[in-house]
Amino acid sequence: MSAMPGVVAVNTFREAVRDRVLYNLVFFGLLMMGAAILVGQVSIGINRLVIINLGLTAISVIGLVMAVFIGVGLIYKEMERRTLYSLLARPVRRWEFLAGKYAGLLLTLAVNTLFMTIGLAAALYYVGRPFVPADVTVLVAIYFILLELALVTAIALFFSCFSSPMLSALFTLAVYVTGVFAGDIRDFGALTKNPGVQVATRALYFLLPNFHNFNAIAAAGHGESVPVSLIWQNTLYAIVYACVVLTAASAVFARRNLK
Amino acid sequence: MAAAAIEIENLTKDYPAGFLRKRMRRSLDHLSLRVEEGEVFGFLGPNGAGKTTTLKLLMRLIFPTEGTARIRGRSIEDVPMHAEIGYLPEQPYFYDHLTARELLDYYARFSGFDRAERKRRVTRYLELVGIAAAADVQLRKFSKGMLQRVGIAQAIVHEPKVIFLDEPMSGLDPVGRREVRDIILDLKRQGRTVFFSTHILPDAEMLCDRVAVLAGGKLQGTGAPGEIVGIEVQSMEVLFETPGGTGVPAAIAQQASRMGARYRIEVGEANLYEAMDRLRDAGARILSVTPVRPTLEEYFLRLVGREAAAAHAVEMVTR
Repeated sequence: MSAMPGVVAVNTFREAVRDRVLYNLVFFGLLMMGAAILVGQVSIGINRLVIINLGLTAISVIGLVMAVFIGVGLIYKEMERRTLYSLLARPVRRWEFLAGKYAGLLLTLAVNTLFMTIGLAAALYYVGRPFVPADVTVLVAIYFILLELALVTAIALFFSCFSSPMLSALFTLAVYVTGVFAGDIRDFGALTKNPGVQVATRALYFLLPNFHNFNAIAAAGHGESVPVSLIWQNTLYAIVYACVVLTAASAVFARRNLK
Repeated sequence: MAAAAIEIENLTKDYPAGFLRKRMRRSLDHLSLRVEEGEVFGFLGPNGAGKTTTLKLLMRLIFPTEGTARIRGRSIEDVPMHAEIGYLPEQPYFYDHLTARELLDYYARFSGFDRAERKRRVTRYLELVGIAAAADVQLRKFSKGMLQRVGIAQAIVHEPKVIFLDEPMSGLDPVGRREVRDIILDLKRQGRTVFFSTHILPDAEMLCDRVAVLAGGKLQGTGAPGEIVGIEVQSMEVLFETPGGTGVPAAIAQQASRMGARYRIEVGEANLYEAMDRLRDAGARILSVTPVRPTLEEYFLRLVGREAAAAHAVEMVTR
């Protein structure tokens, strides 16, 4: 196994940290503190639901914003600033560089999510609620958010290989939103009597990433368990889909002439 | 025959041009070159001649339309071979969140050195390029000249056999230029091959065993600097000052131009001694005598003509 992606990944993580990307944690911390204090005063018996829903939604949204807006610049910025020139002149394959950038951003997102998870746990502790075994579902929901971010990052990286950050962000967000409603699009197609629309919506359903399955926030809020089969299924789906997207990104980037 | 350090065969690069990208602009036209091991090889040409395109092709940053290249007998597509080469891009820009020390350490990691070896090399090369004092300053605070020095250090930190430098003197002050020249000569003494592009003729004259001249993407010739450019002294420039500002001797007053408290005359090589005698007779103090040579740009204008050069640079080939 080549060590090159690891070297690139560590540098990508270090760049994110030094560019103060993790400052969003301050915002998350303040949100959780405010929510904990407010919820303790106004809600009766639904502290858990409100804090978990708010916390998980914030983790998801902040992670998504980071994945999209850092992901779309990952390769483009390197090409624009020409920082990858002296790197690619070394014994580094282009796919190794891509894999390193991807792993570096994933590491950043994982560390960010870890700190937000600690913040959420602190908020739950503050409102005086003891931890119960059902809270494992909260961790599962966070794990699903991470899988979702891994997919979004791969898609953003793919677009970053051939288009500007603005367009890449638009494309990535479009894929994300369509992916969230992939099931609804297929159901809509089934309702129509037009075979062409049915084929198109079914194709979209299978081609686009199905983000709906990664949302376990409601289950976590209500303390419902998540089937182990779904955890396996989502894990496998995210790995396979991300690998396919990254392979496509590598194919595009491999023959790209750098300005 | 032993493998050359660099062998280039018919290397050609076309770029799409025009709104519909149906036309092709030829940036490099069937370039063939051979550079031997241990040579300092200058790649000369005016801006837009195709020098950077050639270097980018050799570094596989762009891909050739036609042709091949080998370095030390191995194809440029052979990725592990790139462990044997170093590259300084033109106007380099590096990760500005890193310090110079961290950047060199980062690049040294790609050569698989252990921590102790990396530390030794990084310290050595930071000192060599004269930025040891700023080793722990983030690169975002570096001047252009300092970045150029870091760029040279990263190109040689892994002690490669063949080093490619794209305009290595660019952005450097006279002291920096001198230091870079010393580094190149030192690399030559170590038996390494240095291939550098420049449009500054004196650099090539001073450093190169051989040069290649490129104009409009086409090779104009290769050889020793004097041979290829046909450097001839056009005239001699004499700088002098007169005692107490008494004025220029009448015989050469028409030729002289004033530069503050000093005067400058340009005379033919054959008339130099006569002019100097006159100045001496008039009590003038001669400050310097410098041969005036054509610049590379002048050489190119003579070689291909202004219009022809422009036509070469934007040669259009309909697909």
